[in-house]
Amino acid sequence: MNEQARKPARKKVELDPRFVSYRHVWVFIESERGEVHPVSWELLGEGRKLADALNVDLCGVVIAGPGERGKGICSEAFGYGADKCYLLQDPVLADYRNEPYTKALTDLVNTYQPEILMLGASTLGRDLAGSVATTLKTGLVADCTELLIDTESRNLAATRPTFGGSLLCTILTQRHRPQMATVRPRVMAMPDADPSRRGEIVEVPFAMLETSIITKVLEFIPDDSRDKPNLPFADIIVAGGRGLKKPENFALIWDLARVLGAEVGGSRPVVQAGWIELDRQVGQSGKTVRPKLYIAAGISGAIQHRVGMDGADVIVAINSDPKAPIFDFAHYGIVGNAMTVLPALTEAFKAHLAQARKAG
Amino acid sequence: MHSVVCIKQVPDSAQIRVHPVTNTIMRQGVPAIINPYDLFALEEALRLKDRFGGTVTVVTMGPPMAEAALRKCLSYGADDAILVSDRSFAGSDTLATSYALTATLRKIMESMPVDLIFTGKQTIDGDTAQVGPGIAKRLDYQLLTYVSKIVDVDLEHREIRVERRAEGGVQLLKTMLPCLITMLEGTNEMRFGDLDDLFRAARYELKVWDRTVIGIEDPETVGVKGSPTVVSKVFAPRPRSQRAEIIDLQDDSPKNLASTLLARMFTQHPKLEREIAKRAR
Repeated sequence: MNEQARKPARKKVELDPRFVSYRHVWVFIESERGEVHPVSWELLGEGRKLADALNVDLCGVVIAGPGERGKGICSEAFGYGADKCYLLQDPVLADYRNEPYTKALTDLVNTYQPEILMLGASTLGRDLAGSVATTLKTGLVADCTELLIDTESRNLAATRPTFGGSLLCTILTQRHRPQMATVRPRVMAMPDADPSRRGEIVEVPFAMLETSIITKVLEFIPDDSRDKPNLPFADIIVAGGRGLKKPENFALIWDLARVLGAEVGGSRPVVQAGWIELDRQVGQSGKTVRPKLYIAAGISGAIQHRVGMDGADVIVAINSDPKAPIFDFAHYGIVGNAMTVLPALTEAFKAHLAQARKAG
Repeated sequence: MHSVVCIKQVPDSAQIRVHPVTNTIMRQGVPAIINPYDLFALEEALRLKDRFGGTVTVVTMGPPMAEAALRKCLSYGADDAILVSDRSFAGSDTLATSYALTATLRKIMESMPVDLIFTGKQTIDGDTAQVGPGIAKRLDYQLLTYVSKIVDVDLEHREIRVERRAEGGVQLLKTMLPCLITMLEGTNEMRFGDLDDLFRAARYELKVWDRTVIGIEDPETVGVKGSPTVVSKVFAPRPRSQRAEIIDLQDDSPKNLASTLLARMFTQHPKLEREIAKRAR
């Protein structure tokens, strides 16, 4: 159903005795063809804090094909904060498939019994997390934006946007372990890697015959990544919303972005109206971004949008409504008409850059 | 070929507003719609019926008002509709929901075998994408999420080939029926139902099944009691400790506003000034 229909819990619920001995925080290290999804490192950064609060180890789980650099990935994971890595390599695990991966991760959980298991909310992570949680009959909270530990109960308080991103709610899994959570890419900060950190690799055999797996991967067609916008990793983003009134006015956003070498983004309404493409949507149902500078013009700042760009270092908001919620969390606000302020900003940045060029 | 499409009636989240003082959801006047992602699942099932014949059954778990969503599906061309509704379902999380829906699907299979189960990729209110995988695991069906295209179905050999959106590319997969597919959005366009279907939808005698019909005897296995997760609080996000520094020089020109912003921003964030200066080449 949905979180709104559910009354907040009042009674304290005790942990099921079967799970009392479950310990340690796990992060599923998502890799395909030897490439690690950066969300895994972001999760290790967050997982480190949780493990320290619980006074336990932070462990990575690496699942890969036999020819892939499994141990190399484990070493990298130690650099990002893992104390230990479980490594499973087998021919049936070469390409991601739901069935063998679900079995691999579920078996591992049942054997080593972690209290928390986190995955990235990628297409792979969501496919796997939902399957593992159902198999284990435990709680799973999707798209968390904040994770905190209650040290007494060892419960994970997982906060996520709800109702299409209109409000936030905090969800607990009190009786079951592991407590599972997914986090979208770029929601948590990328930790600094310390290549001198070392950890323990536990190689775990995996016994599943290819003949017992029903689904076969016939082909993998990689995306053509050229010319595709990459908002999650952009340093500067100029974004527009419904306040721009007409699709033609979006040209003002593009002008400023061109001067700044920035990516162009937008809120959900302008994407739904077709003013810009889906890959440029910032927010709960779009991309999460962490730029050094985020300029939002004509965006009111609904939670749906905010959760996608709250991690920006500096947020500049331009809005004609002084009461717009975006001014509650932007760093700088210009109350004014975006259609006149944007060209002025473009000129001001142009002049600033010309000066910087002269200064060499 | 028998396809079952699981849908959900949701509030149109684009129209939801939060009360500025009480920070609660203002539900009044927010229309209930079929979860938009589910329409791609329904249309795909109808297309398979066009090609291979057979039956499309639509199922939803929800309150009695969800009947409207089912009738809408019938008007698009679905053959049968089942509303699974019981007071004890209230407060179900995704695990309890997949449990009740799985029981429903098993009940359907008693009268007609199921070849394919479809769901949308996620809902727009919960956004979890967990119920589809949950049903597949409980039924021990092959799970195909984020399917962008059904390439072909070989009914004789019970084989299906699909394209699936994966990280960084598209997987071409082959698997066996029965299986569960979660359809990616934008992969097809919902048809306009014809007049016959519209009349049939209005007259159709909807099946309403409660907990006992689908064979769930223990009410503690569904609803709040059957849900491992609990909501401990619902809240509006805190504003930053400081509100934005507002640059609002009354009656000032946009030019002055812009240069004031740059001056303040670069004084307080010298790193950002260096970052931007890099772009001067």
